[in-house]
Amino acid sequence: MRKVGTLLGTLLILVWCLLPVAWIISLSFKSQTAITNGSPGFFPSGGDGAGWQNYKDVLDNEQFRRAIFNSIGISLIATLLSVIVATLAAYAIARLEFRGKKFVLTMALAIAMFPVVSLVGPLFDMWRTFGLYDTWPGLIIPYMSFTLPLAIWTLSAFFREIPWELEQAAQVDGATPWQAFRKVIVPLAAPGVFTAAILTFFFAWNDFVFGISLTSTESARPIPAALSFFVGADPFNRPASLLAAGAVVSTIPIIIIVLIFQRKIVAGLTSGAVKG
Amino acid sequence: MAAIEMKNIVKKYGDGFPAVNDVSITVADGEFVILVGPSGCGKSTLLRMIVGLEDITEGDMVIGGKRVNDLAPRERNLAMVFQNYALYPHLTVYENIAFPLRLAGAPDAEIDEKVRRASSTLELDEHLDRKPGNLSGGQRQRVAMGRAIVRDADAFLFDEPLSNLDAKLRGQMRSEISRLQKKLGITTVYVTHDQTEAMTLGDRVAVLKRGVLQQLASPRELYTNPGNLFVAGFIGSPPMNFLPAKVDGTSVELPFGTVEIPADKAEKASGRGLLIAGIRPEHFEDASVVDSGRQGSTFRATVDVVEWLGNEAYAYIPFEAPPEVQEQLQQLERDLDGDSLRTQLVVSLDGSSTVAEGDEAEIWVDTTKMHLFDPSTGENLTVDLDNAGEIPALAQRTAAAPDGPTTPSESATA
Repeated sequence: MRKVGTLLGTLLILVWCLLPVAWIISLSFKSQTAITNGSPGFFPSGGDGAGWQNYKDVLDNEQFRRAIFNSIGISLIATLLSVIVATLAAYAIARLEFRGKKFVLTMALAIAMFPVVSLVGPLFDMWRTFGLYDTWPGLIIPYMSFTLPLAIWTLSAFFREIPWELEQAAQVDGATPWQAFRKVIVPLAAPGVFTAAILTFFFAWNDFVFGISLTSTESARPIPAALSFFVGADPFNRPASLLAAGAVVSTIPIIIIVLIFQRKIVAGLTSGAVKG
Repeated sequence: MAAIEMKNIVKKYGDGFPAVNDVSITVADGEFVILVGPSGCGKSTLLRMIVGLEDITEGDMVIGGKRVNDLAPRERNLAMVFQNYALYPHLTVYENIAFPLRLAGAPDAEIDEKVRRASSTLELDEHLDRKPGNLSGGQRQRVAMGRAIVRDADAFLFDEPLSNLDAKLRGQMRSEISRLQKKLGITTVYVTHDQTEAMTLGDRVAVLKRGVLQQLASPRELYTNPGNLFVAGFIGSPPMNFLPAKVDGTSVELPFGTVEIPADKAEKASGRGLLIAGIRPEHFEDASVVDSGRQGSTFRATVDVVEWLGNEAYAYIPFEAPPEVQEQLQQLERDLDGDSLRTQLVVSLDGSSTVAEGDEAEIWVDTTKMHLFDPSTGENLTVDLDNAGEIPALAQRTAAAPDGPTTPSESATA
């Protein structure tokens, strides 16, 4: 009885979560006319099917290709920088006693709590003055500042888990503090580092508000913003099937990244370091 | 190989509390020295100052003739085994042992040769490719040792290395460490709170209490000639008995009666009023099984509890102590991490003794082995200084003006 209940519950949740995804995929394979006509079936039927045509159209679109490139580039750079800075900061917070440690942590939380929208106006003005408007750094910087707090909190929790003796043992064994950090601490904190990386990447990849307000051309516009500009010839009749195909394409990199990073998130990596 | 000299080492933490206070110990080249004491006595802090993981507030740390106070741990060339082993969980056993060599940039062939030699010494050959997480406690312990012996370190430092092992394994590893140290002939400092390890492993043992060195001597000297109440109570199991005593001529009045002591001991203790007599359990015996030819006195007492172990029996005899002594004894128990519920005499009887619970037994005591302690300072008045190693408190008192006790605890009760 319990088993059946669990199964039913799981199914229900799966359907609840995956139905929109399935629907988007279904839409992306239908032709534009089928959608305009309001063809209701889940699977494209009759002449409704568009095959891979929508995907071809999307990928042939110069604007879309630029947007994908921008998104991947901006997200990866923001993730990389954010993780590096967060690792160093979290290590200092977990290991060192310094004045203002509490302040740093509180500020980090405060920044994370700040509504994104409230910063858009000031940033827009500032970036125009600094010449960062509509550039990659113009997006990377806000992404970093919004993902750093979470990354720092996640990572410092991981660093605190690592027995301090490991680092001391490394130092006694002849390591410089930097070597001890790189050869012992970072490998052990890897699950935390990858967790932080995934979270940062998600944030950067999914962001819409900064993407649409701090860019004006395709030189830096990321994919979520670009999709909203995909209006086609008639602004009142948006190409839904094309948009669906674009949405599917823009989801693929996230899935790939998660699959890659997920392997690295192995819990319990520190087991065996100290007495069990 | 190097000697380690600690000269007036002081460690103060941020609140000004001295965790280690004016400790001077010289560890000769190749010597095995144990730092022992109850928890919080500063023994681990002292070890960590030797290796460089703690800053030294005052004093000089000299290793191999070089002052190392300001050197980083990696520049001191010491090998350390941590209490929780601190193995690198992401590396195999082989790489764990090779780690110090790799950091030193040794060529692969040399690393391989040294790692394999260390692993065969420690019988780790079949585990080289495994990760520490898959090893048993004893194997992890051996890997930690392997990481220490693989280098040509100037000295080994052990921080309670056996405290996480079960009793049987502890015995095996103890003899293993002893054998290894003798074989390698390397200077070793070993921290423990276990007096069995202290007595069996060390060439010399340093007993610490609240950051102050109490006595530095060979295990035998510590046992037979403790410098003060603390050392007397700490070394030996079951511990030495402490009884209120009044010396009058050569006779000593104990709670159970009056016994005679040798004249030289009596002389050192005369005219001091109420003292504390220390007698080890094995220096008592059931009078009925003692050869009549042996020296000593006897007294009669009612036995409360008897624990018969086959080869010997422990008999417990409660007694009342006057408040002055009681207070000092309770303080001593606190210092030793214990809490005594009542003042009682523990006597070790021969296995053939038939004394039973509730009996009034005639107990023989070897008074030549009796120590007499000053209740206010805890100092052993009858200590044989030639066979007691170093006792800093006594040395200080004879050198400087005899103006009083050495530790806050003692001044509180003085």
